[in-house]
Amino acid sequence: MVARATLTRRPPRRSLRRPPDPGRPARARAGEQAAGWAFVTPGLVVILLFGVVPIVWSAIMSFQRNNLFSPNTPFVGLANYRQMVHDPVIAQAIEHTLVYTALFVPGTMLVGLFLAVAMNRKIRFISVYRTAAYATMAISTISEAIVFLWLFDPSYGIVNYLFHLVGLPQQQFLSSPSEALYVIVIMTIWGWTGFAVVIYLAALQGVPQVLTEAAAIDGAGRWVTFRRITLPLLSPASLFLVVWLTINALQLFDEVYLSTQGGPLNSTTVLVYYLYEQAFGGANFNFGYASAIAYFLFVIIVAVTAIQFRVGRRLVHYRS
Amino acid sequence: MTAPAVATSAVALSGRRQRRLPFSPWHLVLIPATIVLLFPFLWLIITSIETPAEALHFPPILLPHHLDFGNYTQALQAAPFGRFFINSAVVAVVTVLSNLVLCSLAGYAFARYRFFGRTLLFILIMTTLMVPFQVTMIPQFLITKWLGVNLLAPIGINHIGALIVPNAATAFGVFFLRQFFRTLPIEYEEAARVDGASRLTVLWRIVLPLSGPALSTLAALTFLDSWNSFLWPLIAINSTNQMTLPLGLATFQSAHSTAWTLLMAGNVMSLVPMLLIFFGAQRYFIRSVAATGLAGT
Repeated sequence: MVARATLTRRPPRRSLRRPPDPGRPARARAGEQAAGWAFVTPGLVVILLFGVVPIVWSAIMSFQRNNLFSPNTPFVGLANYRQMVHDPVIAQAIEHTLVYTALFVPGTMLVGLFLAVAMNRKIRFISVYRTAAYATMAISTISEAIVFLWLFDPSYGIVNYLFHLVGLPQQQFLSSPSEALYVIVIMTIWGWTGFAVVIYLAALQGVPQVLTEAAAIDGAGRWVTFRRITLPLLSPASLFLVVWLTINALQLFDEVYLSTQGGPLNSTTVLVYYLYEQAFGGANFNFGYASAIAYFLFVIIVAVTAIQFRVGRRLVHYRS
Repeated sequence: MTAPAVATSAVALSGRRQRRLPFSPWHLVLIPATIVLLFPFLWLIITSIETPAEALHFPPILLPHHLDFGNYTQALQAAPFGRFFINSAVVAVVTVLSNLVLCSLAGYAFARYRFFGRTLLFILIMTTLMVPFQVTMIPQFLITKWLGVNLLAPIGINHIGALIVPNAATAFGVFFLRQFFRTLPIEYEEAARVDGASRLTVLWRIVLPLSGPALSTLAALTFLDSWNSFLWPLIAINSTNQMTLPLGLATFQSAHSTAWTLLMAGNVMSLVPMLLIFFGAQRYFIRSVAATGLAGT
């Protein structure tokens, strides 16, 4: 802090960076060139090899009939993309992915917002409450899915027991084509609660108390204060969560792989699960078709994110 | 309305609420919420110390009559959870360290040096940020396979090296540190250079010590990512002794899908290390996750 304060009082900083010294620049610039490349190269090699090259390669593969075992990979034009149009499972997978996203994203945000507002106060045991929410961040998707598989087990699960206690009929949950996807929504909302709470709590702590107090003095009730003051001030955090959760929801895989393997009757087959099945499930290795699906997913993600930012820019309230 | 009137009504308002309940009414919301949030953890632990008969009992037994750790020994015999833990730890720690080193170097060069192709390279790296893993995963598999066969077996398919190398440096890390380095005052670095320090010395002795918060954020996020990663290990690894915890646990689950007590014991063993690490460094993890959100705003 002290160091920075003295620094700002210093004379203009440009003086050293571009010295008028005629002998130095050429050598300094050559040194900078070499140093720049030397510093960048190790990381660059990794990112090029495992990031950039694969992007291009899978684009090419999506136009090939490509299979791990076949020696040649002929170009087939748009055949893989055309196959998607006629593949009934793809249509189902898109539908399930969108339904899942439409439930998971608002669900997680509402739970997160509600809990963050409740936890944004200095009351007793507050750190216990907060820690309980944070704990869901430490659990891996696989651990989470196994626990929920057990909680929602049709025969011995405790959720069906609770249903029994309050007189509701017993459910098949993950074994039921009409319920499985919703159980996955519930388990993933639980798993992301901690994340949403952290984001909203951080944002809430940035809401100046002066504003909410001023509103209260002006006679605004708590709900009005929340609606008119707090919520608009939280809108940047909300936009971030919408985008971030949507990107993750469209890529749902782990929980489906562990709990239902896309079943029963394809009722939980989402895009990434189907893609995985085409590429690595069983003995498929349909790399060409899987790459086409991956690029399709990419386009969906880019389109949805772009729309969200565009709509968001109109709704989000940034403080100066 | 006059100012004193407002003040009294505010006092009266809060006073009335205080008198009605001896504690904040928010507890009435937070206690049930906490129970719902913690119940899966609790039920997981309870099941793991029950006998199979108790676990399948109807109505469910909320408190087992005696502690039975037999499931844990049995789970350990059925799958090498210790090995999974070591693999996960090695992968996560090496990935974090290599990200800190490689992303610092690259991020610093992008932040401070002018060199040929800088802008182009930076844009190239940034494009990979937007592309979902599913797009790159098949070529990544083929490249890793090729590297293992033709270059070095320990970084090929079916070795934990395959889980480290593709993530040894990330576009996010380079971008994140570059942004941070640019906020540092350049005067220290220039002064050190004038005094004869090498470029590496400047980075190591001046820049990195000033970058603690950014480095710890990158470390925490990379660690979480690596530890919980599942899809890539699932594709890259198939022999048991190279598996990480999530993959080992998933494999264990598919082999014992109805042995609930055994599964829960394995699950507890997979979960506890991360819970301990997480709560040991909770401040850093929470701050890091919050930073991603605030950076977006």
